[in-house]
Amino acid sequence: MSTMIAPVRERVRAADRVAAARRRVSLSETLGQTLMMAWRALKKMLRNPEQFFDVALQPILFTAMFAFIFGGAIAGDVASYLPAMIPGILAQTVLTTCMATGTQLREDMEKGVFDRFKSLPIARIAPLAGPMVADLLRYTIAATLTFTMGLIMGYRPEGGPGGVLAAILLAIFTGWSLAWVFTWVGTIARSAQAVQGISMMILFPLTFLSNAFVPVETLPGWLAAFVRVNPVSHLVTAARDLANRAVVSGEVAWTIAACLIVMAIFAPLSVRSYKRHM
Amino acid sequence: MSITELGRTGGGPAPSGGVDLAVRAEGLVKTFGEHRAVDGIDLAVRPGEIFGVLGPNGAGKTTTLRMLATLLKIDAGRAEIFGVDVAGNPHVIRQLVGVTGQYASVDENLTARENLWLFSRLQGIAPPRARRIAAELLSQFGLEDAANKPIAHFSGGMRRRLDLAASLITRPPLIFLDEPTTGLDPRTRGQMWDTIRGLVTDGCTVLLTTQYLDEADQLADRVAVIDHGRKVAEGTPDELKTAVGNSTLQVRLADPGETPTAAEVVRRVLGSDPILSPEQGRLNVALDQADLAADVLIALRTAGVSISSVSVAKPSLDEVFLALTGHETDEDRGTGTKENR
Repeated sequence: MSTMIAPVRERVRAADRVAAARRRVSLSETLGQTLMMAWRALKKMLRNPEQFFDVALQPILFTAMFAFIFGGAIAGDVASYLPAMIPGILAQTVLTTCMATGTQLREDMEKGVFDRFKSLPIARIAPLAGPMVADLLRYTIAATLTFTMGLIMGYRPEGGPGGVLAAILLAIFTGWSLAWVFTWVGTIARSAQAVQGISMMILFPLTFLSNAFVPVETLPGWLAAFVRVNPVSHLVTAARDLANRAVVSGEVAWTIAACLIVMAIFAPLSVRSYKRHM
Repeated sequence: MSITELGRTGGGPAPSGGVDLAVRAEGLVKTFGEHRAVDGIDLAVRPGEIFGVLGPNGAGKTTTLRMLATLLKIDAGRAEIFGVDVAGNPHVIRQLVGVTGQYASVDENLTARENLWLFSRLQGIAPPRARRIAAELLSQFGLEDAANKPIAHFSGGMRRRLDLAASLITRPPLIFLDEPTTGLDPRTRGQMWDTIRGLVTDGCTVLLTTQYLDEADQLADRVAVIDHGRKVAEGTPDELKTAVGNSTLQVRLADPGETPTAAEVVRRVLGSDPILSPEQGRLNVALDQADLAADVLIALRTAGVSISSVSVAKPSLDEVFLALTGHETDEDRGTGTKENR
């Protein structure tokens, strides 16, 4: 250790460094840094496989549970409930998965390594966006498992593989963009537990006050009004159209538009509060 | 509180003409709620020196460093690093400063090599060079054997070394070390000191905080003593010691049995009691002037007490701190929690 500085090395010259320093981060640098952060998050994920429990268990458990509990009451029997329910579970699973994004970010931010991230000349958004890119893997697993479970239970999507794939991609995109909401919660909350609590409060109304599990027509007027504007309802309807009929309906456009709006609001908010908290 | 401002004479390297200060801070303030963690601190760190910020827990050392490193907002005052305004150009500052925190800021989920790779790539170093830098730093910091093991299995010393290695990837001209040896065993501590001295040989400037007085004494060209968010003194370690104004005579007797006799002689000559370590035959005698040492030694010779070794030393920085701030360095004031994070 004592010999760490080899005498042949060029001396550090401060003035040269000041002159060479870049004033700001370019877009391509930001992209590269985000991908590096995604690499880190992926490594972390693979080394802590328990992070996959929620994405693996929930689709399996909920699909079976909801189908047998609600199937008879809502659709007459389990098999005829599945086409309506599987896209609903898909939306719910993806939302739960993106909630974990916020909790894990908060936990991560409390560790020393975030101090170093802050002290490095890198884009402030990279440490936030990186884990979200890695989370695409989790969304994919969750969405695929939901459909697999449906298939096992007798769901035969009439939209064919293309329709199902499109529904999955839409769900992943939605989950990914809504995750910015939870990332923002992650940057403002005091602790990981608080993030969990706040996220639950956002998540439950969003998933259950939607058309994911019951037809909107059965709801009282005031509730139906909320359900109709809930972005999750649009995702569910869009996913049903895609998986069951292979139709790209206006709901798809609605969903994508809602996602883009959410991102446009919450990504800058997250970066701002992340910056302020340092 | 007495403010002892010492001149900028002697000690560290003189500022070379026309070169900016490495760090210039004026009236830095940081407030956490009601608590003024940093309350108007001025610092002037010259290029190429090791500057020590010395103070007890909760004095505001870490907060000061974090403000200079763009990790905390500066509430009042201003700071420049190599002439670049810290608040106005955080992105530039981050390219000039390597920060090693009090808690190793490396990724627990990655191996040592992966950590270095991550931080290199994040700073835009191309893959082949990033690989080479990682290998170099791992060998320089004696981490080769553990390179591919998860950090979770690392000892405290190994983490610190990796942390410092991670700060040196781009060879920044200024390095902040926040309590670099807190919690390290003496051997690892000595190694860390060597490494820090090596950085300066390499052309770097080092700003470190410490609560170890001997660490500041060993490493720093100049020291600022901080207490309750204010600077209470500044100067070379020697100047600080001189400021306290006296010296200590240390005498080791050939025969420890003669300690009481020797103590009696000292009392007769100086009129004050020496501090005794009879089992080692050692006397520590506080002197108002260094010349008085001769009087004591002559009296001992006359009394027939034989001496195995003698030294006249300046007082330790512990004594300096006590004299400057009026309280012990280890005094707990319970304000240290906030500044640590």
